[in-house]
Parts: sequence; structure tokens; C-alpha cells
Amino acid sequence: MTTDAPILSVSDLFVKRGGVPVLDLPAFSIRKGETVGLIGPNGAGKSTLLLALACLIKRERGRILFHGQVVSTRRETFAYRRRIAVVFQEPLLFDTTVYANVASGLDIRHLDRQEIGERVTRRLGQFGIEHLRNRSARKLSGGEAQRTSLARAFAIDPEIVFLDEPFSSLDPPTREGLLEDLHRILKETGTTAVMATHDRLEALRLSDRMAVMRDGEVVQIGPADTIIHHPADEFVASFVGMETILTGRVSGCGPGTIRVDLGVGELEAVGEARPGEAVRCCIRPENVTLQLPAAREETSARNLFPARVEKIQPLGLFHRVLLDCGFPLTAYVTSQSISDLNLREGAGVQAAFKATAVHVIRHEK
Amino acid sequence: MKMRKGLTWAVGLMAALILMAGFSPAQAAPVKQKNLILATTTSTQDTGLLDVIIPIFEKKTKYFVKTIAVGSGAAMAMGQKGEADVLLVHSPAAEKKLVEEGYGVNRRLVMHNDFVILGPASDPAGIKGMKSATEAFKKLAAAGSLFMTRADKSGTHAKEMAIWKAAGVNPEGQKWYQQTGLGMGQTLGVAAEKKAYTLSDRGTYLAMKKNLGLDILSEGDGVLLNIYHVIEVNPAKWPKVNAPGAKAFADFMVSKQVQKIIKTFGVDKYGSPLFFPDAGKKVEDLGK
Amino acid sequence: MDMILEGLKQAFYLLVTFDPEVMGITWLSLKISGTATFFSLFFGISVGTVVALTEFPGRRLVVSLINTGMGLPPVVAGLIVTIFLWRNGPLGFLEILYTPTAMIIAQSLIAAPIVTGISLASIQQLPRNLRLQILALGANRLQMVWILIKEARLPLLAAVMAGFGGVISEVGASIMVGGNIKGYSRVLTTATVMETGKGNFEIALALGFILLLLAFIINAVLTQVQQRQRPR
Repeated sequence: MTTDAPILSVSDLFVKRGGVPVLDLPAFSIRKGETVGLIGPNGAGKSTLLLALACLIKRERGRILFHGQVVSTRRETFAYRRRIAVVFQEPLLFDTTVYANVASGLDIRHLDRQEIGERVTRRLGQFGIEHLRNRSARKLSGGEAQRTSLARAFAIDPEIVFLDEPFSSLDPPTREGLLEDLHRILKETGTTAVMATHDRLEALRLSDRMAVMRDGEVVQIGPADTIIHHPADEFVASFVGMETILTGRVSGCGPGTIRVDLGVGELEAVGEARPGEAVRCCIRPENVTLQLPAAREETSARNLFPARVEKIQPLGLFHRVLLDCGFPLTAYVTSQSISDLNLREGAGVQAAFKATAVHVIRHEK
Repeated sequence: MKMRKGLTWAVGLMAALILMAGFSPAQAAPVKQKNLILATTTSTQDTGLLDVIIPIFEKKTKYFVKTIAVGSGAAMAMGQKGEADVLLVHSPAAEKKLVEEGYGVNRRLVMHNDFVILGPASDPAGIKGMKSATEAFKKLAAAGSLFMTRADKSGTHAKEMAIWKAAGVNPEGQKWYQQTGLGMGQTLGVAAEKKAYTLSDRGTYLAMKKNLGLDILSEGDGVLLNIYHVIEVNPAKWPKVNAPGAKAFADFMVSKQVQKIIKTFGVDKYGSPLFFPDAGKKVEDLGK
Repeated sequence: MDMILEGLKQAFYLLVTFDPEVMGITWLSLKISGTATFFSLFFGISVGTVVALTEFPGRRLVVSLINTGMGLPPVVAGLIVTIFLWRNGPLGFLEILYTPTAMIIAQSLIAAPIVTGISLASIQQLPRNLRLQILALGANRLQMVWILIKEARLPLLAAVMAGFGGVISEVGASIMVGGNIKGYSRVLTTATVMETGKGNFEIALALGFILLLLAFIINAVLTQVQQRQRPR
């Protein structure tokens, strides 16, 4: 459950590296208990933002408030750092046992041995590495090492956890397991988290809110659903997986809907726009359904187009089907459906999607 | 943790070492501990004479003598710069200059030994038995026989150069004249290896004779005398010198007790004494 | 060849009979070089760590100087120390020329750049983000430095061994500032040179062997400590 007062808020954050500006953020805040995902391409500034929020790197300017208190002097920064934790992409474990690693944050705080023992044991169990207690850190697999790093971070009972692409260097099954565990633990403990990742699906699973970054700026921030289904511009759209982005002009408006002339066809979308306005239409591939050309089922989909299958790409559990409807359209279809409909490259189909599946981006010209 | 234990151990050991370094025996010496820097030559020290004499002096006077054995040139330089208190050297020409320039005072004759001309038993240049060192050197130059020189401004080297000069020969740069830049013992070793001629003090030769393979081919010439003087460094030029200590040492060197020790030093080891005590004599009267 | 054998025999004899003079110079060698290594350890590891972790103008120059210092000819160090400690030199009033203290100073000067240079490299090769991770765990600067040093303990111990090796075997500076005074500032290396100069090659070899043995024992102990820390 999140409360209203932000646990961390930042204003006018400006960071330079080697004289070059790398982060420019007018405002940013995090509520207690929420998980914020930072996504964006490499070099967007995700890591820089994380390190700046954790007060680990120097900032040119910027005010950081933690629980409403300013974090600025060395003493304040130090006190703040004692209440947060950071997990990096590399586990960065110390050359000692797993137990000693997980205990290191507590050692630094000079807690007594018994308390350390209790807390460490609890975290080891939570992250499923109790059996590795006395193993040397050098002898761990990638997943085990990252679990240790996480256990180490959580052992100090942080109020905020900053994670910088923590699962990037792990193989998919390991990543899966860790994602699950982390998600569960975050929800159980109600710990606030900020996580940077370049995998939007990962971000989607873990985040309450998402921030899309590009060239040192936050381009869009909001609930994960909003970002995914209502990206603010093409960059965000393509980044969040809207594989079909079409340009057109508004040809007409109806009650809550608009018609967009694509030149090679017309489609219907929900939204508001002025006639004649130039817009972009984004359609998620999972929202496109295919049916055989002869089928005459009644469907509520306002958009129905005859299409030719250009290419079929297997993607594991489903396939990406590239279609030509006069305009390019991408659909995700299950293998089962592919065989049911006997889809092959060159085959003719009908592609349908609802007006509600079309996300319109208006251009301010 | 094991690391901690190993570290504590190492730290403890090091701390102990420091404490003990501060308590080395000589520094725990008697109350009126005064340092006396004696500059002398390596050949003098190598004879071992000072190892006998100095402890007696230290016991008697409670001075702590720091014997710095270097080449003659360096010993003179130390005197000239006031970095030594008293000199025991055997380079008469340079010594005279030191006194003339006012850096040395109370130059007193202590003892002498002599130099010998050494060479391979085969004696290719044919100088064996020659009485005149100068003539022998002339012959060596004429024959172009391999000659090893120390070339290190030592007393031995100074003597050698004086003889070349008297012989009217300039050996510098000649193919048969090779410079080692080493001490006497090492130079003898090189000369023996290469079957070359060389000039050496008798003491070092006697000490090394066993393993050497070089013979004495000429000896006895007055010019081959190696004369030792003790010189005090002038406190007027260098106020920081330990003048009373220097005087005490110089007095000691010419005292009856020490002269007696010098007379018999080396007999038990080499069959003949290494030095001849001369305190109080005149230089011209030596060697007779 | 027999000279070497003879030297070995002499060494054995001297050690087994605890020849007092040899014991004395061996102990002095250990004391002086040990103390010098100890000082250079403190200086070298702290300076090396600071330079490794801090950005400051002229840093590259400082690193060059340290690396150059590693190759400083010991004899030059000895000459510099002598000139300072001379009676008429700036520190002459201390009257420590021709003492073991002067030898410790000269040897510290020789060992310090070695330990500093290797420590610098040891800390620099730690992962870049490790420093941030340690700070993120709530460490203050002192704790951070201490943890980094612990992480680099293997190469740092090598630095100490290199420093010690450099000075236990040093002779030029030791002769110049120590004077090779019998029973006072004579150590294994200076005694070896002296005996060689006298032509007593067997004794020189014997002393040489004893020096090798001493160096080996010390390094064996340090290697034990180092390798025991190696991850199992």
C-alpha cells in the first residue's frame, strides 16, 4: 500500500560526467512502497539517475529530499546512505563466505554478533541460499552470486532499494526465478524500489510506475499500464513494444472516436483529434487477430483488413507475423493458431483489431 | 577470522623489531657516549690491525669509534670536508697537501709497510730480482706486459703513479695497462687470473698468497715504502669535529702500547709482521 | 665449483655453531630491513590507496613519479641520504650518519616507491563499482578504504614481499650510510662485499648463502599468510 507523501523527491537534478551533461531531471519523486522501473536504451542515463538518487555520485545541482528532509551535507548523505541499499549488475561480492558477505552491511553498522546472525539467517532463507552459507563467494554461479548480493542489500532492512540492471547478466531461467523472488519480497516487506532495466517486460512485471528515459531525460513517467498502452511519443512507443506505428491524417471524428486516413486505407481509433490533424497510430501486436479470408463472423472489431502474410518469425511461445495490408502490420499469433489457420508466407488473411487497441499520438505541429 | 590472526601476528612481529632496532648494543653504550669518525683505507682495515687496536681504545676512553674504510681519495675528501675527525692514511703527497691547505693538523708518523711488485712466476718481462722499482717499471712498459692497476685514487694507486712518473712512462691508454677500479684483494684476483703484473701492499698479498699464484718479483726499494700517518682534522676549519677525540686517538696510535702491538701483528698468522712501528722516527730514516 | 661447495660448507658451519659475529650481522640485517619494510608498508599502502582512489590535478604525474621511483637505483638513494646526513649537511645536527638508523632511512626510501607502486596497481585493478557498492552499504570513507585493502590483500602482500626483497639484498646505500662498522652497522650484504674485496671468497659465499636462506624463510612465512587467504 502506498501512502501519499513521497519518500524521496528530487528537483532540478543535473549531473555532468567528464564535463558533459548526462542527466537533466526537473522533478522526480517516489512514493513509499512503490516500485519504479527505469527503462530506456543504453546511455539513456538510467544508471546515472540511480547513482544520483542514492547520492553516490556528485551532482552539479539538484535538491534531494528524503522523508521531506534535505540530503545535502556530508553527514546527511552518510545518514541517508545508511538507510538505503544498492544492487549493481555485477554482484560485487567480497572475497569471503556468503555469510560474511550478507553480514557485511551489518558489520559496517557495528551490530552485535547475535543480531547479525539472526538477520543474515533470515535473509539467506528468504533468497534461497541458506545451503550456501559457508561457501566462498568465488565459487558461486551467476544466479547464486546475485542472490547473495540481494540478500546483502536487504539484510540491512533498507527503506529504498536501488537496483541497476540486476538481472542483465543472468540467463533467462535464472532471471525468471530471481524476478519472482524479488517481486515477492518487495511486496511482502513493502520496501520501496527503483530498478533500472533495458528489458521492458521485466520492468512491466515488477513496476508500479515506469519512467522512460532517453539522453539523460525522463520522457514519460506514469503507471506501467499507461506507458505500455499510451506511450507519449514514437520513441516511447517503439521502446515499449508497439510494433506497428502508422502515420496518417484525421479524416473524420465520431463520438469518442476518430477516423484516420493512412493513404492506403483508413482505420478507426478511440480518442480525440481535430480533422486534418497529422497523427501517429500505434498498435500492439498482441491486439491484432487474424482470421481466414472467407470467414464472415460478426466481430466488434472496427478495423478489418485483408492482408498478405509477408513473414512468420517464431518467438518461442508465439510467432510474430508480419503482414501487408497496404500498410505494414505486426501480429503475435500462437503456434496453434498458425497451424489451425494454415498460415504460410504469402497466404491471404484478414487482420482485425479494435478501435480501442489503436493508440493515437498527436503531433504538435 | 584467519586473516585477522595472521595480520596481528605480522604487526606484532614488526613492532617488536622496531623496538629492538632502537636498542642495538652500541647505542646502549656508556654515558659519555661520543662518536669519533675515523677515516681510513680499505687495505688498512682489511689487514685486521684496527680490529685489534680499536676495542682497546674504546674501552680505555669510552669513545665510540666509527671506522669508515674507503679509498684513500675518499678518506682525504672526508677530512677536507670535515666529515671525519681523524685520518689514518698512507698517501704522503696528498696528506702533505691536506696539511698545507690547513685541513689537517698534527700529522704524525705511525708505521710503515711496503709494496711489492707482483707478477706471474713465468715473469715474461724478466724483472725478477730487480732492486730498483723504477727500472722494473721501465722494463714492464718496454715489454708491454699486461699490468693491472686499481686506478681508484687509493694509496696503492698513488704510489704506483709516482713510480711510473719517476720511470718517465705514461701508462694511460696503453693496451697493456688495465684499470680494475677495485679494491686490492679483488685486483690481485684479477691479476692472477690474467697472469698480469701489479703493485700491491705486502699485507694484502700475504693474506691472499695461498690461493693466488702470483710471486713477488721485486721488493725492497725505498720508493716502495708504504708509510702511514695519523692526521687530526683541523677544528679551526671545521668546528664540528670531535677534536679531543681525534687527539686522543692520534696519541693512542703513537703510544708505546700500540706501537708494541703493531710490531708483532701478523706474525702468528703469516710468519712475518705486516707493519713496522715508526712513531717518533723521521721519514728519511725508514726502511733501514 | 669447489669454491661454491666450500662456501656452502662454511655457511652450514657458521650457522650450526651459532658463530656470534655471523649471528650478529644476520640479526642486524633482519632488524634493519624489517623495520624499513614496516615503515614503507604503512607509507606505501596508504599513499598507494589514496592515489588509486582519488582524482586530483597532476595525478598522472604523481603516478609516473611513483613508477619511476620503483626503479630508483639504491645507490642513488644512499648518496642522497648521505648528503643530507653529513655533518655539514642540512640534517647533520642529528648525528645519525653511519648508524643503523641511517640505514633504515635509506632502505625505507628504497622500499617505499616499490610498495607504493604495487599497492597503487593492486587497488586500481579492483572492480570500478566496488567502491560505490561499499559506500552504498553504509561505510564511511575509512571503512571503505579498509575493506578495499582487504579485498586486495593478495597483491598487497606481494607488494610487501617485493619491498622487503629489495632492501634485504641492498648493499650500495647500506655501505654508504652505514659505514659497514663491525658489530654496529655491518649487515650480511655489506659484509659479503667486504669479504669479497679482501679476497675471502669462501666466506663471502657463505654469507651470501645465509642471506639467501634468510630471505627464503621470511618470504616463505609471508607466502604462507598470503596463500592461506586464497579462496578455497
